[in-house]
Amino acid sequence: MSSWTVGLRTRLARTVPPGELLPDRQPAYVSSWIYVFGVLSLASLVVVIGTGCVLAIGGVTWWHTSGLGHFVNSTHLWSVELFFATMVIHLWGKFFMAAWRGKRALTWMTGAVAFVGSIGTAFTGYLSQTNFDSQWIAGEAKDGLNSVGIGAFFNVLDPGQMLLWHVTLLPLVVGVIVVAHIVLVRRHGVVPPIDAVLDGPDDGATPTGPIPVAPAARDLTTTG
Amino acid sequence: MTMASTLRPTGRDRTPDSHAFPTRPYDLVKEFTLALVAMLVLTIALAAVFSSPDEKPISLVGWAAAAPNDVVATATGELAGTTTSAGYGAPYNDAGPGQTLGPLALQRWAGVTIPVDPAQDLVLAPLRRSADPTTAAALDTWAAAPPEQRTAWSTAYSDALTAAPDGDPAGVAPGDYGPVPVIASSFLALARTGGLEGALDPSGTFYGGDATRGLLLLADGAYLEDQARARSLGGDQWGMMNETGNYPGQPWMWLYTFWYQVPPFATSENADAQVWGLMMLLTLGLVLVPFIPGVRSIPRWVPVHRLIWRDWYRRH
Ligand code: HEM
Repeated sequence: MSSWTVGLRTRLARTVPPGELLPDRQPAYVSSWIYVFGVLSLASLVVVIGTGCVLAIGGVTWWHTSGLGHFVNSTHLWSVELFFATMVIHLWGKFFMAAWRGKRALTWMTGAVAFVGSIGTAFTGYLSQTNFDSQWIAGEAKDGLNSVGIGAFFNVLDPGQMLLWHVTLLPLVVGVIVVAHIVLVRRHGVVPPIDAVLDGPDDGATPTGPIPVAPAARDLTTTG
Repeated sequence: MTMASTLRPTGRDRTPDSHAFPTRPYDLVKEFTLALVAMLVLTIALAAVFSSPDEKPISLVGWAAAAPNDVVATATGELAGTTTSAGYGAPYNDAGPGQTLGPLALQRWAGVTIPVDPAQDLVLAPLRRSADPTTAAALDTWAAAPPEQRTAWSTAYSDALTAAPDGDPAGVAPGDYGPVPVIASSFLALARTGGLEGALDPSGTFYGGDATRGLLLLADGAYLEDQARARSLGGDQWGMMNETGNYPGQPWMWLYTFWYQVPPFATSENADAQVWGLMMLLTLGLVLVPFIPGVRSIPRWVPVHRLIWRDWYRRH
């Protein structure tokens, strides 16, 4: 039997070929402000997690009684708003770039799941506030969740359960998906512009001879 | 691998390999670091300028002080079986059929996993802790009466409260209400003293943490909703996505909240299940955009990509 270590190394190298993880050059067409929003989503997610960790140090009700706690809560709230704002711009940008082309469907799909997972995480955060807002949101939300049977095991009226989902389960899931998303982005490289494509199955364009690509000044390794 | 083979379309997807294109220097780590600093500074600035909302939760003492008649009406309603939770169904009890999504009775199928008998758990059991002999006698009378008698008493009292000016128990017309007025007023008295806080926790232990019963009771009253409506948080006021005060809340919930504002959902008995079903379908659609004919071609028809890649298009 061959070496497991070699097997894993080969596997990793095939997932993200050497030099592709952190290349210091990008294709020339990567020149637009829209590309910044993926990185901004990631950066604001880091701030969300960081401020959440500081909030966790003080415990569940710290922020109701401490001025510092309240400020940390404010940073957590606003970083979440920034995270969603940048993520939604990123989503629409990738949509109008049809960035799922060229075997990048899984990149889009992990992004979409990260979006939905983030909504669930934020929702449990609102339920964990232990204030009037969480009372009201819980009372409203229970009917929706109960109506499709989710409420039977996911009880929005139980702030203890919601807090644990908010601080462990959901961030873990979102975190793993975001890592997968970014690994996929590095694996495939940034998607080329739309008209560098011959006609797809239903894209209406007619092939016009060779793909209009300048001779490659290739200095990135391409493996496999 | 040659240039040509790199660019040859594979299968149905004709997108060339991104590595076949000319490149320019790009510092990913610097970009990320600057993004992180920018987001951190922006976050701190927004937090410092706008803070965050934190309205105290409604306590049962506060409810009893601010809306005593509502507490009495709610306790009576729990006994009469007329409140929302008394007729709810799964996951709390078998008192209602639950919502359905076409032929799918998901709510009922999921079962009664958080058992709550509102008359017993929200009113009678907490009152049993009271040492007051009048209350104890009223509870005994209630316990000894047959179910039809209990319903007759509590329904009659509930109607009488509705008819009384302001729902004030003092203004109720005389009638055959059995022990119900005593139970309801003792319940109010217990709430006033703070004795109800914690008495509703199903664990019955020192460590609370599950607010299910307290929240069901509060939501059965009118006070919670009145408070929420006063803050523009009602279900028909886009309530789910708003926050107390002038804060952005959860604007990403807009589509979910939107359906509740429009027919047929706005008036449907099964609105919750239908809106959930629709949102699950749309979410699946979002995830599968790359595979949905038509939708996946929209970006080709809308020339936003011409703007995004204008440098590249100018040269090609
Ligand atoms: C947790 C939130 C997310 C984070 C942290 C994130 C992060 C990133 C980053 C850093 C990139 C590379 C830079 C760029 O092209 O902008 C990227 C690319 C991409 N993202 Fe996201 N993303 C998130 C959510 C989403 C969502 C919601 C979608 C769409 C449903 C999406 C779809 C894509 C696609 C298709 C690419 C590939 C772009 C290309 O090849 O040009 N992402 N993402």
